[in-house]
Amino acid sequence: MKTDSISITDQPIDYAAITEQVRSNECGAVVLFMGTVREMTAGKQTVALDYEAYPEMADQMMQQLIDEARDQWDVHAIAIEHRVGHLTLGEISVAIAVSSAHRKEAFAAGHFLIDRLKEIVPIWKKENWSDGTTEWEHPEIKAK
Amino acid sequence: MTAQQIQVRLFARARELANSDLISVQVGGETTVARLRQAIAEQVPQLQPLSGRLLIAVDNAYAGEDQLLTETQEVACFPPVSGG
Repeated sequence: MKTDSISITDQPIDYAAITEQVRSNECGAVVLFMGTVREMTAGKQTVALDYEAYPEMADQMMQQLIDEARDQWDVHAIAIEHRVGHLTLGEISVAIAVSSAHRKEAFAAGHFLIDRLKEIVPIWKKENWSDGTTEWEHPEIKAK
Repeated sequence: MTAQQIQVRLFARARELANSDLISVQVGGETTVARLRQAIAEQVPQLQPLSGRLLIAVDNAYAGEDQLLTETQEVACFPPVSGG
């Protein structure tokens, strides 16, 4: 039985290692989601993103996400890793790996986990636009 | 009821606007999250651009407006999250 894992790191995310953490002979399905730094957003060009976390609370909220996912789907193991610091184009900001016996549960849980992470986990990003300006991204959502 | 001095950790744009990752806010009367919010608005006017959008967390969990605070709890204040 694999155990779940959560981490916040300032180092590049090793997505192969994250995936291996959840793989098992009991599982026919492994789903990996990777958030990566995109160049164009609504016609504006990004050169880099700065991520900041409230690490103690983020750990707690990510554990809550895992509990919520396990309440809904029969998954084998979940691994979530989020990076903080200065990320340039194409770098991975977050990786979520989920394994389950069958594909349906792994896809559903993975989809839920990334959507929910963006709602409640206290991590923030600041855009570094190509014109030299910076801007914190703070969507108008109410966290619960 | 005596006033309480609450230490509040700030993150992201709130941290930048206040130019500090920790502020000390004096809250008189019943120390609820709503009162703290009001005290922050009065005592840290630099956070005005985020007014009405700031979230309050107590001991690493999102707090409701009626929740009571003590000086020993860890309190944080930040804008809506944007990770991922």
